Amino acid sequence: MNMAVIEPTTSWYLILAAVLFGIGTVGVMVRRNPLVMFMCIELMLNAVNLSFVALSSSLSDINGQTAVFFVLVVAAAEVVVGLGIIVSIMRRRSDATADDLSVLKG
Amino acid sequence: MELFVFVCAAAMVLVGAIGVITRNNPVHAALSLVLTLFGVAVLFVANNAHFLAAVQVIVYGGAIVVLFLFVIMLLGVDQAEDLSTEPLTVQRPLALVVGVGVAGVIIAAVVKSQDALFARGAGINSATVQDADANIRQLSRSIFSDYVFAFEVTSVLLLIAVVGTVVMSRRQHGHQVEESA
Repeated sequence: MNMAVIEPTTSWYLILAAVLFGIGTVGVMVRRNPLVMFMCIELMLNAVNLSFVALSSSLSDINGQTAVFFVLVVAAAEVVVGLGIIVSIMRRRSDATADDLSVLKG
Repeated sequence: MELFVFVCAAAMVLVGAIGVITRNNPVHAALSLVLTLFGVAVLFVANNAHFLAAVQVIVYGGAIVVLFLFVIMLLGVDQAEDLSTEPLTVQRPLALVVGVGVAGVIIAAVVKSQDALFARGAGINSATVQDADANIRQLSRSIFSDYVFAFEVTSVLLLIAVVGTVVMSRRQHGHQVEESA
């Protein structure tokens, strides 16, 4: 156990999570393919999970990891339902982008 | 050593994330997502969250990304999307400004509150370091005692998700049969 060298502190993890969240935000706003937008939402969820785990480890509190567990479960359910919706939309119009889905516009 | 792990995993995470938003083929974007998810799993291990790292690899890398790829193949949208044209005129600069702004504000908050936040942190949990099973034991104790109600509600959520997806695809199927008849 060599503890003498520079070790990444919790702030590093939080900053990495913030950058990852920003990349996900840009992706959701820039991309037009609904599937890729979904992947960017997964990126943002992972950023939040990463900061939860980093703080859980730094504060010696297992509840942060419990929160990540529930986020994982909800993310899985969300992906299933979201992909079901995307499939049923894209069956009707095969080359759909988010811009083409303005049918519900009043 | 820990620094080396962090730098490698952070590089994986960022390269994968940038790949997700810049690759114009959805299949490549999904594979970049795998890279990011594995990097996050490595960082989970570095933070002594062994169980969550395993779940991350199995559920995200194994199930969710496969589901994405399956839907991409099923719908046949794996041709490259044209990213050179910009649908709305100022969308991309504006999105970049907002993204950098969000990340910048969070980083500023982290840096500013660094001392106040971690002054009381007692460091890595000693029980977790000594015994690899302790992480799972602590986590399960937390889930099955403090959060047992939330855990049960989660099962209802999963049931609703499954039933909802089946209903959605079944109705579509019936519609198509009706049309062809």
